[in-house]
Amino acid sequence: MEQLMQQVVSGLANGAIYACVALALVMIFVSTDHINFAQGEMAMFSTYIAWQLMQWGAGFWPAFFIAIAVSFVGGLTIERVILRPLHTAPVLSIVVVFIGLLAICNSIAGSVWSYLIKEFPSPFPKDTFGLAGLIGPHQFGVVLVTIVVLSLLFVFFRFTPLGLAMRAAAQNPVSARLAGVRVDWMLALGWGLAAAVGAVAGTMVAHIVYLDPNMMGGILLYAFAGALLGGISNPGGAVLGGFMVGVLENLVAFIGNAIEKSFGVYIIGNGEKLTVALIIVITVLTVKPSGLFGRVVVKRV
Amino acid sequence: MATSRRGFVGGMSAAVVFSGGAAFAQKKYDDGATDTEIKIGHTNPYSGPASAYGVIGKGIEAYWKMVNDKGGINGRKVKFVSLDDGYSPPKTVEMVRQLVEQEKVLCVFNTLGTPTNTAIHRYMNQRKVPHLFVATGASKWGKPKEFPWTMGFQPDYHTEAAIYAKHILANVKDPKIAVLMQNDDYGKDYWEGFKDGLGKDINKVVRHVTYEVTDPTVDSQVIQLKDSGANVFFNIAIPKFAAQAIRKAADLNWKPVHYLNNVSSSVASTLKPAGYDNSQGIITGLWLMDPTDKQWNDHPEMKTWREWMAKYMPGANTEDGNYIYAYAVSTLMLETLKKAGDTLTRENLMKQAASHQKLRVPLVLPGITVSTSPTDFYPVQAIRLARFKGETWELFGDVLSAEST
Repeated sequence: MEQLMQQVVSGLANGAIYACVALALVMIFVSTDHINFAQGEMAMFSTYIAWQLMQWGAGFWPAFFIAIAVSFVGGLTIERVILRPLHTAPVLSIVVVFIGLLAICNSIAGSVWSYLIKEFPSPFPKDTFGLAGLIGPHQFGVVLVTIVVLSLLFVFFRFTPLGLAMRAAAQNPVSARLAGVRVDWMLALGWGLAAAVGAVAGTMVAHIVYLDPNMMGGILLYAFAGALLGGISNPGGAVLGGFMVGVLENLVAFIGNAIEKSFGVYIIGNGEKLTVALIIVITVLTVKPSGLFGRVVVKRV
Repeated sequence: MATSRRGFVGGMSAAVVFSGGAAFAQKKYDDGATDTEIKIGHTNPYSGPASAYGVIGKGIEAYWKMVNDKGGINGRKVKFVSLDDGYSPPKTVEMVRQLVEQEKVLCVFNTLGTPTNTAIHRYMNQRKVPHLFVATGASKWGKPKEFPWTMGFQPDYHTEAAIYAKHILANVKDPKIAVLMQNDDYGKDYWEGFKDGLGKDINKVVRHVTYEVTDPTVDSQVIQLKDSGANVFFNIAIPKFAAQAIRKAADLNWKPVHYLNNVSSSVASTLKPAGYDNSQGIITGLWLMDPTDKQWNDHPEMKTWREWMAKYMPGANTEDGNYIYAYAVSTLMLETLKKAGDTLTRENLMKQAASHQKLRVPLVLPGITVSTSPTDFYPVQAIRLARFKGETWELFGDVLSAEST
């Protein structure tokens, strides 16, 4: 029983990380209809910026917010400079650009900061935070931060004119333009926001998985699963999907152990965690292609 | 006629006797060696997922630069041709063929990675080109009967794990062992060695869990291990996951006797990120000096290494143990080439590589030497156990080798 509790809580903590990255994926998807394969590496790069600032003597929170700001500008610039000329290009060309971005971010980070893993501090007080023996202070903090980021985005999209304009630009670019929305800039803004959310994810994750240029590789995979499970067009759904994938993968191992213990046969275990998680995702998508909480997009042809 | 031939033969043998020294100095070359140059081939992942090891190639290159600046080996300059294989076995095959067939190197040296070396293993032995001191700890590189042209370098995982197993049986009362293992060849090599070391005591392993390199964390696995009630933990993980496991065990308040594989023994990459508090008392097997371990700061070899780093690798990260590795393995290559003298044939090179007697290689732990023979293709075969205390490893016990287990 104690183990079940620990597995679920640890799954929630991992899920919070997937949720953060999934949120960044959703940001770009809702504003441009693309899935950014370089999202993880961009987040990793932002995290290195935060780390560098801390090496230069900044505290965690200043470094955190500066990194977010820099990432926002960086994301915006990438859209303006690299993707803008490709607006009319076929999807495949854009996918190639994303993969190129991934490789470039990874190699630059490696050559500037080396591939040695680095520790990344946690901003959450060690003794007064979290629930002893069940969830570490940092993991508890990550769950909270994820919820805060989600709420902020919700408020931004629902209640601010800029958020409304962004939604309009994504859903109906032509009408939005006619209504005076600068659609191009809205796309760039979407990229900036995604990079900023990615920076939050990176700085939160780095304490858990340690900082190195390849730290986001595995996470991006799970984040994709989470985003698709919850519905890639719905930020709230993606966050929920992230949490679900996190808990699911731990339960797979737990249930596998239980089966092995009581029946003496090995059916599933740690090696199949990802496989089982992905099978569940595929099943959900077959039944409900837009994800559990996704909006069904109807296109007129 | 008969007499004259006998006379001729006699004359020959006399000539050999008289010119004993000179005959030795007679120069003989295979591809890749001339009066002025020795050409050595190398592949390394300068790009791709394992590019963290790229620094080894850069370190080796800098080492040969130093050798050349000092006049080379027996008057010959080393030409080091290092190609990027991106840790992809098919690419390694392509690059090594290029090295052997176009560049015509004398030997291939310290090619990095288990899957990559596996891909070229057969080729090197068919072409009869020395495949020396490969950079992998797998146990399959020391088989002179089947593969007389391939030789390993570092202590193999199999031996290391067997040493831990023996140590557990001898020192832990009523051991209940939990094992965390990376689910690939590297993890399995350790696991097999560990099982061999335990022998009939294999039932002492109460829990054995695996993780994939794509897993973001091993938290879930460590929870399972703790749940087994084990009092010994054998951690077969690369630095990132090893550090996570150390920290998670501490978070869960699980305090087993912790054995950590040598792959993750770097203070800077594993124990510092895991937290010094959480790492106290961990046991590992060491064979190289750790540049971040303060106890070596005044060691003359470490000082020489630092001077070399400052001069030939300015700006490089002096915390990175891979540069230590590069320096040590290159020195072994240098000694082997020196011994080969002017007979720079591939056959002689293998013969020299297989006849080191208790050679001291710099930066290898005191007490450990390199010995090889025509039947022993494992140059470094010993480790010393160490316990983590404060911020460094504290060596304890004797030098342990495969023979002693």
